[in-house]
Order: sequence, then C-alpha cells, then structure tokens
Amino acid sequence: MSKAILGKKVGMTQLLTDDGQAIPVTVIEAGPCLVVQKKTSESDGYNAVQIGFGAIRERLVNKPDKGRFAKSGIDPLRFIREIRIENTDDYQVGQEVKVDIFAIGNKVDVVGTSKGRGFTGTIKRYGFRRGPMTHGSKSHRQPGSSGALGPAHTFKGKKSPGRMGTARVTIQNLEIVKIDVERNLLVVKGAVPGIRGSLLMIKNNIKA
Amino acid sequence: MNLIHSLEQEYLKADIPKFKSGDAVKVHVKVIEGTRERIQVFEGVVIRRRGGGLSETFTVRRVSYGVGVERTFPLHSKKLAKIEVVRHGRVRRARLYYLRKLRGKAARIKELKK
Repeated sequence: MSKAILGKKVGMTQLLTDDGQAIPVTVIEAGPCLVVQKKTSESDGYNAVQIGFGAIRERLVNKPDKGRFAKSGIDPLRFIREIRIENTDDYQVGQEVKVDIFAIGNKVDVVGTSKGRGFTGTIKRYGFRRGPMTHGSKSHRQPGSSGALGPAHTFKGKKSPGRMGTARVTIQNLEIVKIDVERNLLVVKGAVPGIRGSLLMIKNNIKA
Repeated sequence: MNLIHSLEQEYLKADIPKFKSGDAVKVHVKVIEGTRERIQVFEGVVIRRRGGGLSETFTVRRVSYGVGVERTFPLHSKKLAKIEVVRHGRVRRARLYYLRKLRGKAARIKELKK
C-alpha cells in the first residue's frame, strides 16, 4: 500500500546509539496534512488522493485554489501534492494524515528540490576529471573534447557546463529512526535534498 | 534550529562535570569483550572541545610508553560511563595542539589556582 506525507526539512544532527555509534539524521517536520481531493478510476481514470500541507495567509491564495478548498470544505493550505494510490477507500476528504502512518524502522523515499549550485563547470556538475595543473598544461578544469570531427556537430545531450541543482531529487530507502507524533517530527537516517525549510514528500519505499 | 535543539534534549547527559581544555581527566569507557563488558580508564589532558549539543566531542591526549595517544569521544556517548576531572589546568588557548610538539617537562600544564 502506498502512503505519503508532506513535510518541511528542519535540519540535520546526529543521534547516539547505545553501542556508541553516532548516526547522521535529518529532522523533518511532516504534516499534519489534509486530504483535499480524491480521484477515482470512475471519475478520473485513475486512483489518487491529493494532500495539502502548511499554513498560508488568506491573501496569498488565488481564486482557483480558493474554489478547490471551499469545495472540500477545509481551510486553504500552501502546498498540494497528488499521490497515486490503488485503493482510495481508506481516505476521506478532510481527513488528517499524520506521521503515525509510518513506524520506526520503515524505509522511505524522500523527494525534494536539490540546492541550486548556479552555473557550474563539468567537474562539479558531472564529475569529469581535471587536466594537469602544471607541466605547461593550461587545461586545468576544461571540459575536454566535445566530440569527433566527422559528424561536424556536437551531439545533443553532450555534457557541458551549465546550471546545476534546483532539480527534483529522490533519495531512496532512508530508514526512519524516530517519530514524534506530538510535534509532527520524522527523523530519518541520512541526508535529504534541499535547503532547510524546503518542501519534502516522504513516501514508503518502492524498492525493498 | 529550535526543533532540533529540543529533540536533542532527551539524549543529552545531565551528569557531565564542568571541564575545559587543559584539564586532566579520567574517562571511563565501556569496553565490550565478547559478551563481557568492563570499564577501561583513559587518563590524559583535554586538548580540545568542539561542537555543540548532542554532537559535542572532546579530545584527550596522553603519552603512553613514549607514544602520544589522542582519543576523541562524543561528550554524550553512552559508551562513556563517567568523566572524572582530576585537576583544572591553567592554559591560555582553547586548542592545545602545541602540546604535540613538546616532550617531558615542557609538556606540563600548570594547575589553575582559584
């Protein structure tokens, strides 16, 4: 059964285990989310639920969104994301989704937007190797050859310098170390994409 | 950062004595040998304390059989049974890396007189 919740990255720290290990963890403030809309195969051709998260000022909600929230009879929320689900019977519009859908030890996939790196070279962006720094070489961080002469073209998709980051990134199989239902906290082992305060979607893992 | 701070609270040890760089300490470390657990004492001079909250660590240096040994412990680690302050030293900096170059008498630290 697929399940998911929206959250906000709070930051990283470490937790110490009883056998003296320090494990790196990310703290996520997840939920409470509300079910905004249900989609069923009869009416929409597929099964899904849309969940919303985060407080928002009335003034910032646009008219179409206002309409959607009014239809579901809940207060406007900042983010709405759709989750594909085989069986939507367990969800009702207006129902709360909290961190207790997961348990300690569960593996989750975390989706976020990676940090923006700006315009970067090929070494940082694609892990190219650099040229010699000395012995008369001037190709220190050059991208190298952009292809053969024969085709008289640089092929599309050639890895070149450009904007890096600010892309959707999924980190798979992060273990849940701790859950705090009262404070809506989810603590996962390892790093998650994005800056502190950015929106994350936490789903159950698709690969065991 | 406040949420992280409050999350760490329950893991922090309350019984840590006050000590800083230059102090001589005895660190009681739990060592597991097979199934048996015993306590090993590591005595030396604190040459560094770094980090904050749950991530805070400290480094203890001792000279054992003419070889300098430094061990870094997480301050709140559950493997530390006890930290005992033997004496407070008078030092003028927070990181005592200069001790690594000194031997014998020169590597002594004066005791802090209150």
